[in-house]
Amino acid sequence: MAQMTMIQAITDALRTELRNDPNVLVFGEDVGVNGGVFRATEGLQKEFSEDRVFDTPLAESGIGGLAIGLALQGYRPVPEIQFFGFVYEVMDAISGQMARMRYRSGGRYSSPVTIRSPFGGGVHTPEMHADSLEGLMAQQPGLKVVIPSTPYDAKGLLISAIRDNDPVIFLEHMKLYRSFRQEVPEEEYTIPLGKAEVKREGKDLTIVTYGAMVHESLKAAEELEKEGHSVEVIDLRTVMPFDIETIVASIEKTGRAIVVQEAQKQAGMASQIVAEINDRAILNLEAPVLRVAAPDTVFPFSQAETVWLPNYKDVIETAKKVLTF
Amino acid sequence: MASKTKTTLADSVKQLEKIENQFETLQILNEEGEVVNEAAMPDLSDEQLQELMKRMVYTRILDQRSISLNRQGRLGFYAPTAGQEASQLASQFALEKEDFILPGYRDVPQIIWHGLPLYQAFLFSRGHFHGNQIPEGVNVISPQIIIGAQYIQAAGVALGMKKRGAKSVAITYTGDGGSSQGDFYEGINFAGAYKAPAIFIVQNNRFAISTPVEKQTSAKTIAQKAVAAGIPGIQVDGMDPLAVYAAVREARERAVNGEGPTLIETLTYRYGPHTMAGDDPTRYRTADLDNEWEKKDPLVRFRKFLETKGLWNEDMENEVIERAKEEIKDAIKKADEQPKQKVTDLISFMYEEMPNHLEEQYEIYKEKESK
Repeated sequence: MAQMTMIQAITDALRTELRNDPNVLVFGEDVGVNGGVFRATEGLQKEFSEDRVFDTPLAESGIGGLAIGLALQGYRPVPEIQFFGFVYEVMDAISGQMARMRYRSGGRYSSPVTIRSPFGGGVHTPEMHADSLEGLMAQQPGLKVVIPSTPYDAKGLLISAIRDNDPVIFLEHMKLYRSFRQEVPEEEYTIPLGKAEVKREGKDLTIVTYGAMVHESLKAAEELEKEGHSVEVIDLRTVMPFDIETIVASIEKTGRAIVVQEAQKQAGMASQIVAEINDRAILNLEAPVLRVAAPDTVFPFSQAETVWLPNYKDVIETAKKVLTF
Repeated sequence: MASKTKTTLADSVKQLEKIENQFETLQILNEEGEVVNEAAMPDLSDEQLQELMKRMVYTRILDQRSISLNRQGRLGFYAPTAGQEASQLASQFALEKEDFILPGYRDVPQIIWHGLPLYQAFLFSRGHFHGNQIPEGVNVISPQIIIGAQYIQAAGVALGMKKRGAKSVAITYTGDGGSSQGDFYEGINFAGAYKAPAIFIVQNNRFAISTPVEKQTSAKTIAQKAVAAGIPGIQVDGMDPLAVYAAVREARERAVNGEGPTLIETLTYRYGPHTMAGDDPTRYRTADLDNEWEKKDPLVRFRKFLETKGLWNEDMENEVIERAKEEIKDAIKKADEQPKQKVTDLISFMYEEMPNHLEEQYEIYKEKESK
């Protein structure tokens, strides 16, 4: 075991898979000799050569096409999109092409591609760096969308994502890259995609969340505990397909739920999750399922992040509304 | 200072003219079927020349029958190919089996001649998944609808071949309109940066639906767009099968020798509409222009060339026509016999392992389908 930050755990997962499978290729803008703008691919080109870990021209769409073509030749591409706000440049290659490859070829071809990309607010990035766009990806049949919140999860989920034979969007929250360390096994291990984890057990309220909001929710749960409320926190880990069984099992116990996301209310995953809860657990609900989300504006100018981004206080406020409904 | 700026710009204009003048059209056979460039003559045996003619005649018949079958409602989406036989088939003829084709939506003939069974091409037209289930060992992907996407993917396929040390190429096709897309440029630029074995073909038939090529760009040729990627570009007479073959063969040679990609512009024409979905070319094309290009028909000039050499006659042509008609009839019949698609089929092609939500939907539709 070693104490790792999330970024170190990600590098470790990439190194593990580059060693395990000669078909794994890591590429993107500045991921080679530079080791990535966040050092996620630090040392990998040196260890595995420029043939396996290489830089690309500055063109996201071309990177997506490169991944599709390499996959058609039997490779297992792990491209990086430098910031997920730049995904609009590569929407066709992702949603229009690789997501549909298995289906459009009737199973003849597939796209075992894992797209890694940082996102998320709280670190005062310039425009179009921090936007939460997982909702766009989750609406495209054929994709899986994974968002880890801890170093341990990041490593196990990334190894699973790379081994998955369908395209996976692996979104890495920038605020979580180095915010804390955790014990991470040095050997390889996997965490199944599509499985949530109960990060904290409780009896009175279920919080369903993902990404940086997991930590805000855990903080809120601690505060609520002091006031006598027992709160269960579910980290989805994979937001598409999401683990509705774990959510429903929790609500059958607690009878109350909120969904917490960093994305705007009209975006993200919360509405889908609320709809599934309504379909499957309405008779268990003592109160409506409320959402914590950002305002429906463009992602804030960096100085406005603190007033705009949802935080544990918003979680507490919404939790109380549901607890006292 | 002002006069200095003016001088610099004047130099740039001259430089542009100089660059544009480098892109002369390669032609080997003129409209009369006469060899006008003996030096560039490709090395093809008599049998190969006959086979190329057979394929071109066959494909002309396939186009005629496809239009007719589409009108009868027995085919769906169809983009006519008549006029582009030299551009499409002579380029495919220059490939080897291990080369990978990434076609656009009009490039069905190339993938048929590369090994896709005819009945599956018809199923593609109708909208049936089996049409896209390319047989193992046939190195093609189904026709790309998103114009430009095939270009960036070709760069990836070519890089994959280079990494494997394969002596093969990725070849892809777009039209004149497609050369305005960002993915067109990114594709040739990526392949150039990686010196990847790719052949990029632009079939310039002068029109993107109703928009003439002059409205796509003020560049005098499309071949010169290769300059922006730092790769060789060549413009060929796309109605001349020998010129197209020679250009592709040479580009292939360069590519497998590790010298990188080539952009080839073929000057061609589609005699029919853009697609069979209601396009009416008389709204945007004059009869004069149609007549001018009909004189350039690749079949006419290649027929004359082969007849002069004693390699072609009417009987041979009729035999190909009869065989084409017969095989098309059989293929349509085979397409008719294909089982209808079910939602459960479509669900099963989404992922290797079915996620829970799809498993649930699969059960619901299985139940519906069993009634």
